[in-house]
Amino acid sequence: MKNLRLLAILFTTTLFLTSCSSDDDVAPIVEEEVITTLKVTLVGGGNTIMLEYRDLDPDGPTPPTITVSSPLMANTNYVASMTLLNELENPAEDMTIEIEEEADEHQFFYLTGTGLNISNLTYLDFDGDGKPLGLSFSFDTGDASQGDFTIILRHEPNKDAPGVSEGNIANAGGDTDISATFPLVIQ
Amino acid sequence: MRLFIYFFLIGMVSYSQNCDLNLQGRVIDFHDNTPLSGAVIIVAGLETFVMTDFDGFFALEGLCAGSYTLQVSHPECDTKAVQVRMPYSSLLTIKLEHHLEELHQVTVRGSAAIDYIATQQENRISKEEIENLSYASLGDALKRIPGVSSLNTGSTVVKPVIQGLHSSRVLIMNNGVRMQDQEWGVEHAPNVDLNTAGSISVIKGASALQYGGDAVGGIVLVEPARIVRKDSLFGSSIVTGATNGRGGTITSSLTKTSESGWYGTVQGTLKRFGDFESPDYILSNTGIFEKATSLRVGLNKFNYGFEVFYSYFNSESGILRAAHLGNAEDQFLALNNPRPLVINDFTYSIDNPKQNVSHHLAKARIFKRLSNFGKVEMQYDFQFNNRLEYDVRRGGRGDVPSVDLELTTHTLAVDFSYDARMDFKANGGVMLRYQNNYASPDTGVRRLIPDYDKYDAAVYVLGKYYIDDVWVFEAGLRYDFNHLDAKKFYRKSLWEAREYNVYFPQFEIGEVGAQILTNPVFDYHNFSGTLGAAYSFRNNFELMANYSLATRAPNPSELFSEGLHHSAARIEIGDLRFSQEMAHKFSLAFSRESGRFQFTINPFLNSINNFIFIEPGGVEQTIRGSFQVWEFKQTDALLLGFDFDSKMKLNSQFDFISKFALVKGYNQMTDEPLIMMPPANLSNALLYKNKGLNNLRIELESNYVFRQNEFPDTNVEMFLPISESTEIIDLSTPPAAYHLMHLNADADFKVFGNSTLSVGLTVNNLFNTSYRDYLNRLRFYADDLGRNIVLRLKINY
Repeated sequence: MKNLRLLAILFTTTLFLTSCSSDDDVAPIVEEEVITTLKVTLVGGGNTIMLEYRDLDPDGPTPPTITVSSPLMANTNYVASMTLLNELENPAEDMTIEIEEEADEHQFFYLTGTGLNISNLTYLDFDGDGKPLGLSFSFDTGDASQGDFTIILRHEPNKDAPGVSEGNIANAGGDTDISATFPLVIQ
Repeated sequence: MRLFIYFFLIGMVSYSQNCDLNLQGRVIDFHDNTPLSGAVIIVAGLETFVMTDFDGFFALEGLCAGSYTLQVSHPECDTKAVQVRMPYSSLLTIKLEHHLEELHQVTVRGSAAIDYIATQQENRISKEEIENLSYASLGDALKRIPGVSSLNTGSTVVKPVIQGLHSSRVLIMNNGVRMQDQEWGVEHAPNVDLNTAGSISVIKGASALQYGGDAVGGIVLVEPARIVRKDSLFGSSIVTGATNGRGGTITSSLTKTSESGWYGTVQGTLKRFGDFESPDYILSNTGIFEKATSLRVGLNKFNYGFEVFYSYFNSESGILRAAHLGNAEDQFLALNNPRPLVINDFTYSIDNPKQNVSHHLAKARIFKRLSNFGKVEMQYDFQFNNRLEYDVRRGGRGDVPSVDLELTTHTLAVDFSYDARMDFKANGGVMLRYQNNYASPDTGVRRLIPDYDKYDAAVYVLGKYYIDDVWVFEAGLRYDFNHLDAKKFYRKSLWEAREYNVYFPQFEIGEVGAQILTNPVFDYHNFSGTLGAAYSFRNNFELMANYSLATRAPNPSELFSEGLHHSAARIEIGDLRFSQEMAHKFSLAFSRESGRFQFTINPFLNSINNFIFIEPGGVEQTIRGSFQVWEFKQTDALLLGFDFDSKMKLNSQFDFISKFALVKGYNQMTDEPLIMMPPANLSNALLYKNKGLNNLRIELESNYVFRQNEFPDTNVEMFLPISESTEIIDLSTPPAAYHLMHLNADADFKVFGNSTLSVGLTVNNLFNTSYRDYLNRLRFYADDLGRNIVLRLKINY
């Protein structure tokens, strides 16, 4: 019987102790790894155009917002540079640095939709092995047209697979970290 | 103790008139009714004892009117206490159970749960089968039972499915402790080392109410090896080596028992495998490293005893690398590639994605026999479960788990069993439980399962009435109360999109940025019950009929899920408005357990109100691309089917064993089939055994798994930027039927005088057939396992 009482005491004490500790406030989790925003700055023909893909509600129900500051000029060479942000943090954290640091594990791909006159897509930055990264790139616009332009970031792609270093995504593999489609107009 | 003796003596004195009564009886084997000669019957409290004759008969003379406790023992059987009330005019039949080990000792088991249930089919896996599967998991072993299949994530994460139901609907009792190991998740395997088990039973329903009222699917009972009351020290070691995965296991146990009732067992298992292989390629990152140990010490007197048990289980298992996906487009590419997108060279190392789970279980139990009544037992158990899931992450975060959950559970239970009458047995009890879940914020990933405190209380009563030798009736009732108090941050957008701000404004506590802190509190009152009858025909035919009502409160995953489930590349959304599931299960079992042709046929019907299931409900755009949204929903479901198994003794050396299981599940609101129902499964085996030739056994098994032809179409169409086209993501079409052959052989050899060495060889998937299984969550990405040759050495000492 003594054992019984001892057990009962043990049980109630543990109950009490654990319930105390669990009353502590729950800390909110700020997701550090998330990329919420992709900003693309296009410089060409003496003008600067801003593209922005912003998703402040990553796996929540609100869809991303897409902005394109102005149409692109026809028959112009553009140099593009990208910035990635995590705007869930305050102040917003620049995620571009992380991608640069792990350049060998990342690669951007650019997909030009049917009807959009864009050619000569060229990588302007590379990882330590001389393989493309793609935070900056350049392209030429052709005649007036419109269509979708998609930027995809793959994590752990196989950069040695055929065509991948030339920007062909078909054999790249890896996991998609960003897939952002912008409706572009060339005029 | 002393009090107890006084009590007993007073009882005797008060009945000391009329002491010329006789008792005639017979002792027979529990399993095959053969008479047991040489059994000793001691009348507790008197100095009288008698021994049974050659035909198992005995007679006691000079007894008084009143109740007696007879202690019945036999060199090859468990000792049993039998209550008898004098005068007793008919022949008292006492059934003793032969123990399975060849150890010639007397066993005592102080558990009220010897007869779990009398009117619902109970299937058992023997120690021998468990030892043959020493390298496998609990889920793999349970698949030996017809009607039990498994829900896999690869080949190492194996969850049992009983008659189509799994996860929170299948209760797992590990040495009398209900496992609290985050069983809600489909990729959370039971944290039990198969090698700790002495026997495993499955009850395909909720009728064993002493364990819980929410076993909508059924109950798995993992029981430790029996303890024998004799001075002895023995042990065994099993070493296995397998070609597939290029690894193996080693497991050892050592047991000390004594005549005085003291006993102790230590046991440990190590399991290590590298990448497994399908017939055509290596399944990269599917290795496993498992460690388990247990310690059991106790005292088992006839009238009282106690046991202390501790077990530790740790398993680190890799998840197929090719199954890690960024978004629905990645999933489409993986689905449409006949080979996995990542195939690396064989390695033992386990990289991300992987899971690492630990489970500590400690229990203390005491029991005391009460004369003219039965037994009272009290048990306290403590469980601590830590689940770590590691994902492929950026910025060197791979070492930080994405999921880090700590689940702590305390349970206190008291059970009274009444067995003073031959024709009526009952037990009843109360249970109190406290559980805390802590989700570490250090993961940097929003919590899928929130922090919560949960309080449970239950009370139950079960009774069995043996009308005569052929009829048994059984009935039981249970009430469970669950109180859940959670703290969870929701995305404000989701909280409002689902109108929780309208339904549950009282849960809102505060806001932090785009998140809202809420305090959901729920109370559930659950009633469950069972009613059944069993009838024994002549010639050992038996018919059992059972109805059980199970009520299950929604689990934290069903209530609180909200966000991206990385390992499935889908967004999962729970619902706070869920009510309890209520399952009405009707089952019949018609069987013949002896003779040349033995069989069991077990049809069932399970009608479940408010059945909670998850189903795709649309597509969501994110900066990572599109994702399918899977929403938990409630409906009324109907499951029906039957299990069949049989054994035909062809001659003294050959047996033919057949098993078949069929289950159909329907959503009654939409008249559609339910998702993930196990396909029909047929298994036939030819067994050769020769006791004279080193106990040689050779078994050739054919296993045919049909294609699941009834499934809901949950495919979605999605625009994919890469192909600039709208494509169907086909996650619902089941894979083709498949047929596998397995071979198993073993033989025993005497070594070092008294020890026995058993050598076994198993070849699974003999013809190296490529196949995919509907209930394997990784079937979309890779083939299942190819041929596996396992060599097994077991030594008893």
